[in-house]
Amino acid sequence: MKKGRQTYLVDKKVYIAYTATIAGVDEGKGRLRDFFDYVIDESEFGCKSHEKAEIKLRKHAIESLLKNAGKNPADVDAILGGDLLNQLVPSGFSAREFDVPFCGLYSACATFGQSLATGAALLCCGAQNVVCCTSSHFATAERQYRFPLELGTQPPPTAQWTVTGVGCALLTTERQKFKCPKVTAFTLGKVIDMGLDDPNNMGAAMAPAAYDTISAHLRERGVGADYYDLIVTGDLGKLGRELLCSMLEQECGAVKDRVNDCGCMIFKDRQKCGLGGSGAGCSSLVFCSYLYKTMKEGGLKRILFVPTGAMLSKDSSLQGESIPAIAHAVAIEI
Amino acid sequence: MEIFLTYLKVFAVGGAVCAIGQLLINKTKMTSARVLVTFLLAGALLEAVGLFRYIEDFGKAGITIPITGFGKTLAAGAIEGAKQGLYQACTGGLAAVAAGFTAAIAFGFVIALISKSKPKST
Amino acid sequence: MDKKEYGELVKQTSPKTKEGKTLFLAFAIGGLICMIGQAFADLLTAVIPSFDEKQIGALTGVVMIFLGSLLTGLGVYDKIGYYAGAGSVLPITGFANSIVSPAIEYNKEGIVFGLMAKMFSIAGPVIVSGVSASVAIGAVYYIIGLFR
Repeated sequence: MKKGRQTYLVDKKVYIAYTATIAGVDEGKGRLRDFFDYVIDESEFGCKSHEKAEIKLRKHAIESLLKNAGKNPADVDAILGGDLLNQLVPSGFSAREFDVPFCGLYSACATFGQSLATGAALLCCGAQNVVCCTSSHFATAERQYRFPLELGTQPPPTAQWTVTGVGCALLTTERQKFKCPKVTAFTLGKVIDMGLDDPNNMGAAMAPAAYDTISAHLRERGVGADYYDLIVTGDLGKLGRELLCSMLEQECGAVKDRVNDCGCMIFKDRQKCGLGGSGAGCSSLVFCSYLYKTMKEGGLKRILFVPTGAMLSKDSSLQGESIPAIAHAVAIEI
Repeated sequence: MEIFLTYLKVFAVGGAVCAIGQLLINKTKMTSARVLVTFLLAGALLEAVGLFRYIEDFGKAGITIPITGFGKTLAAGAIEGAKQGLYQACTGGLAAVAAGFTAAIAFGFVIALISKSKPKST
Repeated sequence: MDKKEYGELVKQTSPKTKEGKTLFLAFAIGGLICMIGQAFADLLTAVIPSFDEKQIGALTGVVMIFLGSLLTGLGVYDKIGYYAGAGSVLPITGFANSIVSPAIEYNKEGIVFGLMAKMFSIAGPVIVSGVSASVAIGAVYYIIGLFR
C-alpha cells in the first residue's frame, strides 16, 4: 500500500528467513568477524582475477544461502541484486550459475536497499521466494573508480575503504517456525545532489540523500525517529554519519545514539580504512551478519536500514560533474 | 667532509622539490599524474630560461632525480638540436631522453609480465 | 539547507590533511631517494670513467627506473607511496611506478590489449606534455637562432 509520495507499506508478511555472508580478508579481521558465515583467506579466492573472485564469491554465497534454507534453485522465483562494476558483471555472471530468473539492480552502494524493496514488492505480487544479493570487492572497485593497485598514492583524509564481501538474504512469504525479521515498509529514495564534487569524500556527498530519505520515511509513515531502535545507514563513514546526525537533529532532536552506519561498524579503529568501509557489499555484509543475527536474538526489535549510494563514475568526475547520491530506506521489524 | 656536504645538499634540494609537490597535492587535491606533468614542465621551463643549471650545480641529483630532471633533459636536447637545424630542434628532446624512456618501457614490460598485483590490506 | 550552506558545513567538518606530517614525510623520503640517485651517479662515475656527465645522468636514470619498476613489481612501492605521498611520486622511480602499475593491473586482459595498451594510461600525459614542450622549446630556440 502506498503511503505518501515515496513510502510503501508491505501488506503481506515478508520474512527475511535466511542470510548468508562471505567476508574478505580484512573484514574478517574487523569488529564483526564472529558474525560472518565465512571469511576468505586471500583476496583472489583461488581465481585468476579479482573480478572472477567476486563472481565466485556471489555464487558461493547464494549456494550456501539456498543450502541453509533447504531450497533448490527451482524454488526461488528470482535473484535480485547488483554490485559496483560496469554492466553489473559479478551479478550477471554469477546468476548464470543458477537456473533462476535474474534482475540486475543498480543504486551504487545503496543497491541492497533497492533489492530488499524490490523483493518485498515482488512477494506482494505473488512471488514466494526471492534472493537479494549484493557484493563489492576492494580490488575491482579500486581499478574501476580509482587507480591500479600498485600505484603509490596517498589516500586523502576523507577516503573510505571498499569492503570486500557478499551478503545475501532470502525473502519469503512462507510462514517460519522461528521468529524472523520482516520487511514492513520501504521508502524509495530520490537522487539528491548537493553539488559536492570530491570523489574522495563520498560520505559527505551521500549524507543529504540519507537525510532526505529518512525524513521522508518518518514523515510519510507517521512515526518519530524513536520508533526505531536503530537507524542504520550503508556507508556514510564517520564524516557522513556526523553530517547526517547534525541534519537529523534539527528535525527530530537528539538522535546520535540511535543512528549508526555499517561503514563505521565493520572495521576496527586501528585498521587503515580511512573514515570507514564503503561499497555495495558493506551494507549487505553488515546487515546479513551482525544486524540480522542481533535482531533474531532479540537485541534489536525495529530498525530502519538505509543503504546509501553515490552514483558517480570515474568519467563523470573528470567531466566536472558533481556527485549525485541516493538512499533507500527499508523498515525491518521482528 | 665535502662529500657529506654534497649529499646533504642533494637531500635538501630533493626533499624541498618533493615537499612543494606534496603541498600542491594537499592544497589542490591534484592526482599524481598532474603533479608529474606540472613538475616535468617546470623542469623544462627552468632549463629553457637557463636557470636549471644553477640549481643543478648546487643540488645535483636533488633536482635531476625528480621528474624535473626528465623535463630538463628534454628541453636541453631540443635546445642543443636547435643549433643544428629545425629537424634536430624537434627530435632532440626525445633523443636526449631515449635511455630513460627505453628503460621505462623495457623494464616495465618485463616486470609487468612476470609479476602480479599483491593483496592490499587495511 | 541549500547547497552553499552544506558545502560550508562539509568544509568545516571534513578532517584535514595533516600538513606537517605529510610534508615532513614527503621531504624525508623524497630527499632520501635523491640521495640514492646521487650515490649511483657517483658509483657509475667511478666505475665507467669514460662516460661523460650526460651519459652518467642518463644511466643513473636507467638504474633508478629499474629500481622503481622492481619495487612496484614486488608490491612495495605503493606501501612507500602511502606514507611518502609526493616524496615517492616525483622522483623518477615514481614515473616508473606509474608505468608499471597499470601494466600489472591490466595484464589480466591480455598482453596486447591489457598490458601494452594500458601501460601509459597514467604516465601518458607526462610523455605527451614533455615531448610537446621540448618541440616548442626547440622551435623557439631555432627561431631565435635565425635572427642572431
